[in-house]
Amino acid sequence: MEKLIEKGLLVIAYSSIAILFIITFFIFKEGLPFIFREGLGTILGGVEWRPTKGEFGILPMVVGSLLVTGGALVIGVPLGLSCAVFLVEFSKPKVRRILKPAIELLAGIPSVVYGFLGVILLVPLIRVHLGGPGLSLLAGSIILGIMILPTIISISIDVLEAVPQSYREGSIALGATTTQTVSMVVLKAARSGIVTAVILGMGRAIGETMAVIMVTGNAVAFPGSILDSIRTLTSNIGIELAYASGDHQEALFATGVVLFVMIMVLNLVASMTRKKRIR
Amino acid sequence: MPAKIEVKNLSVFYGDFQALHEVGLRIKEHRITAFIGPSGCGKTTLLKTLDRMNDLVDGTRVEGQVLLDGEDIYQPGYKLIKLRKRVGMVFQRPNPFPLSIHDNITYGPRVHGVRDKGTLEGVVERSLQAVHLWDELKDDLKRSALTLTSEQQQRLCIARLAAVEPEVLLMDEPCSALDPISTLRVEELMLELKKNYTIVVVTHNMQQAARISDESGFFYLGRLIEFNRTKTIFTKPANKMTEDYITGRFG
Repeated sequence: MEKLIEKGLLVIAYSSIAILFIITFFIFKEGLPFIFREGLGTILGGVEWRPTKGEFGILPMVVGSLLVTGGALVIGVPLGLSCAVFLVEFSKPKVRRILKPAIELLAGIPSVVYGFLGVILLVPLIRVHLGGPGLSLLAGSIILGIMILPTIISISIDVLEAVPQSYREGSIALGATTTQTVSMVVLKAARSGIVTAVILGMGRAIGETMAVIMVTGNAVAFPGSILDSIRTLTSNIGIELAYASGDHQEALFATGVVLFVMIMVLNLVASMTRKKRIR
Repeated sequence: MPAKIEVKNLSVFYGDFQALHEVGLRIKEHRITAFIGPSGCGKTTLLKTLDRMNDLVDGTRVEGQVLLDGEDIYQPGYKLIKLRKRVGMVFQRPNPFPLSIHDNITYGPRVHGVRDKGTLEGVVERSLQAVHLWDELKDDLKRSALTLTSEQQQRLCIARLAAVEPEVLLMDEPCSALDPISTLRVEELMLELKKNYTIVVVTHNMQQAARISDESGFFYLGRLIEFNRTKTIFTKPANKMTEDYITGRFG
């Protein structure tokens, strides 16, 4: 009986890995032939996306993805890191016990709800006060910035909590204030872990689809300012896959391959910094 | 001789637990004073009240007085930052910061507002020389302090303190993480340092207390049982319990 359960669990464990491989294989099988046929340069470097006319340039969307992710980090990292520093270094443990689960609940809100809030609240605010269509790079950055907060905060909290108490004691005993201790010792000790938190947040931002489709306007063009509309790689797939066929469909899979590689690289970098920290 | 630190009628509570009962003693300037006694006797607690590091522990309550040069460090509004600049602490386990050797030494001065590069370089050299690390490490100042041996780390921690020019050094079992030879070398260093500092050391090690200290206090269950010149404590203890402890009959 014991043996049987062990075997069963083994099969289940391996099948989740198998599913990952099947997905990877499928994306590449659909996307790679198209990339080889059209040439990676013409796809990645092309600025025109007219799938019905046989033009498949995704550069504006690569740029759109990078910009909105960068914007999300500009908003999410300072907020998230300050929040984690406050909770670990300054607040009473009781406050942390209440606030940390609340923050982690944020991660459980469906992305469509974030998108909805963005459309109802944020987009009109931007349109009225800052101009432009409202559906914009800025709106996407703010919504994504909020969506990556739970990732950045909860990993940063773990990282800061793992910094040995003896560093803080040593610093306080030398007459340093808590602020000096945090900025000059604790954050330095936690640096690589915080980098991991940022990279994982980045991965979440770059992969987010629904909320981004709802608030960025999805125009395929290079934005002239943060108030212009953009389209990301994920939006492109999300919007068009339902009706695409033939070359068009393959081009969307190729978009998926590009996205897949970007996220893989990010995760690799994240796990490398984490390993470095353990060593 | 005037007392550098005078402890008067001091009681310390952690929540409901009373860790120290009405302790009173005088610590003389430029002497090494040792606190001895079995685990949980309150000696480390007393040490930590002398630079108010106990404040970091939630639920700590202190009654009585600790006078540093005649001034009560527990009076309301007393500046903790200034206190900790004057009274430094060396911990049981060496705890250099995860920074370079150089930045460990300059940390204290930088925290207290010294920015001038030339001044800081001078501090690094003087502090490392004071603990005899300068010759081995002067070409290696950029190296991470975490790559040093335990003994070097503990010396570095003492140098890090010396850099803020304190008056009193509190040492909480400074040699307990070191091997016997390193222990002897750190003890030699302590004997040298007492020329410039008043040293208070907590130790589990009877021989160590006998070797280096001028005066000793024996603690048991939160009470100061006996406080006297170390020679007297170790040769003619007044209290039966002290005698039993130093001769190894318990503890």
